[in-house]
Amino acid sequence: MPKTVLMQGNEAAVEGAVAAGMRFFAGYPITPSTEIAEGCALRLPQEGGKFIQMEDEISSIAAVLGASAAGMKAMTATSGPGFSLMQENIGYGAMAEIPCVIVDVQRSGPSTGLPTSPSQGDYMQARWGTHGDHPVIALSPATVRETYTLIIRAFNLSEKYRTPVIFLMDEIVGHMREDVELPDPSTLKINQRKMSFHDGANKQCYFVPDGQFVPAMKPFGQGERYNITGLAHDESGFPVNSSEIAGKLVGRLLDKVEKNVDDICRVEEVEMDDAETAIVCFGGTTRAVMDAVAAAREAGEKVGMFRPITVWPFPEKALRARLPRLKRILTVEHNHGQMLLEVQRIVGGALSVDFLGRIDGTVISPADILAKLREEGPSHAE
Amino acid sequence: MGDTRYEMRFAGSGGQGVILASVILAEAAVIAGLHAVQSQAYGPEARGGVSRAETILSRGRIWFSKVSRPDFLLALTQASLDAYSQTLAENAVVLFDDSLSMPAGLDASRAIAVPVLKCAKETVGKAFTANIVAVGAINAALRLFDDETLLEAVRRHIPAGTEEINRKALEAGAALITPEQTAAFAVQIG
Repeated sequence: MPKTVLMQGNEAAVEGAVAAGMRFFAGYPITPSTEIAEGCALRLPQEGGKFIQMEDEISSIAAVLGASAAGMKAMTATSGPGFSLMQENIGYGAMAEIPCVIVDVQRSGPSTGLPTSPSQGDYMQARWGTHGDHPVIALSPATVRETYTLIIRAFNLSEKYRTPVIFLMDEIVGHMREDVELPDPSTLKINQRKMSFHDGANKQCYFVPDGQFVPAMKPFGQGERYNITGLAHDESGFPVNSSEIAGKLVGRLLDKVEKNVDDICRVEEVEMDDAETAIVCFGGTTRAVMDAVAAAREAGEKVGMFRPITVWPFPEKALRARLPRLKRILTVEHNHGQMLLEVQRIVGGALSVDFLGRIDGTVISPADILAKLREEGPSHAE
Repeated sequence: MGDTRYEMRFAGSGGQGVILASVILAEAAVIAGLHAVQSQAYGPEARGGVSRAETILSRGRIWFSKVSRPDFLLALTQASLDAYSQTLAENAVVLFDDSLSMPAGLDASRAIAVPVLKCAKETVGKAFTANIVAVGAINAALRLFDDETLLEAVRRHIPAGTEEINRKALEAGAALITPEQTAAFAVQIG
């Protein structure tokens, strides 16, 4: 019988990652993510894994990529300033197809900003923080329990598609404790990466069979010798200067995500079936939105919540399916309007998209959302 | 949201342990089968600066994790008492260290001024137990949890070897509250 415990979001990230098979963590402590490094320092030695505190965030992500190339499930955790430093190597991980999970517990920015205050200002950075066209998968939890289950999914997707996955938390969920009943570990689905060892038929380390997107991975240090590079490379892993090969490679990297959006995208929809107004939100903001939706419903207003759990790629198909019924969308984020741009792109002027944001480090309350709904809502439009 | 939530705020200066006090009460709630959400706000300093923590208790699912108008306030510094006694819910109970002066406008009939800091230093013998003394006093006034539940919650959050001094701190805190105060301030979580 699962037991209810009081757990912090950051603790749940550690426990979920360990359950997913993470056995290597390299990081540099930074508020509000520090409890993740602390938890890994405690838990990994107990599980036969390795924890290392590096000299900075650049070396942290580098160590994570190296450990993953050598066959370990690996993770780092940081906040905005450290996430900025990690960007170059996140692109390297995408190009060299090295699975790993990068946790960003967002705090108020820009720069070192308000270290202990909540924000969701890294939404666009999670997508475009590293240069060049590259695939991105980013997931964002709203509860402590979901932090546990969703970080397992982050590892699963990372291993399946051989790409770094961003686990986009925020101070609200990371630093919050709540009662949580964790799932029985035997019920968890854990993916392992597809490996290839010395297969005589094809020794090319980035060989991809026709109709597939993801090469099986040869582990470094276990008898295979091959080249890993951030330069455009052919199936042998060695750099090439051929536009044909480079175009095909980057196209395949993007296809790994773009051709599998149905597998990757997840949404939580609450009270959406008859909703005329949809509140779009993600992560910790969800907590105020849930109370606002309940209060609006109690007052007879047809309001629902559309929450991307997969925040990159944005669950476009699911939102499009809701558009014919909707009269209005209100996007609520703890930033100056970032997911808003995705919503506007998808809606394309078909209906009104309002925005409620916050950039001063304080938290948007259910009352703020209700006031915004009623200030410009359909019931007051006449 | 609304009347089913019991909202508690704990405020002091960094290092006084108000965050741990809020965590222990949330832990006790979980042991007692209630829903609980705990969060905190603090500055970048390890010591000093304003430290604020919040715990919300309910029999139903708790979504919004922040406290706006607390039903209960613990204040261990004058600055936090002055600031946070301005944003209380109706009939809120305020427990503060008796070395502080009562802010203007605070309802004296709902205020509990007790020597939390002095009790930790002199009765218990360790100034750093002030937060546990406060937890003992809070639970004696509000009767949220039975003593065994609260003691178990404390045990889950203290270093091994400090059980005895923390038990002593809890009891010393409880002894600061009179039966009349308990009768006046006991709450039921909705």
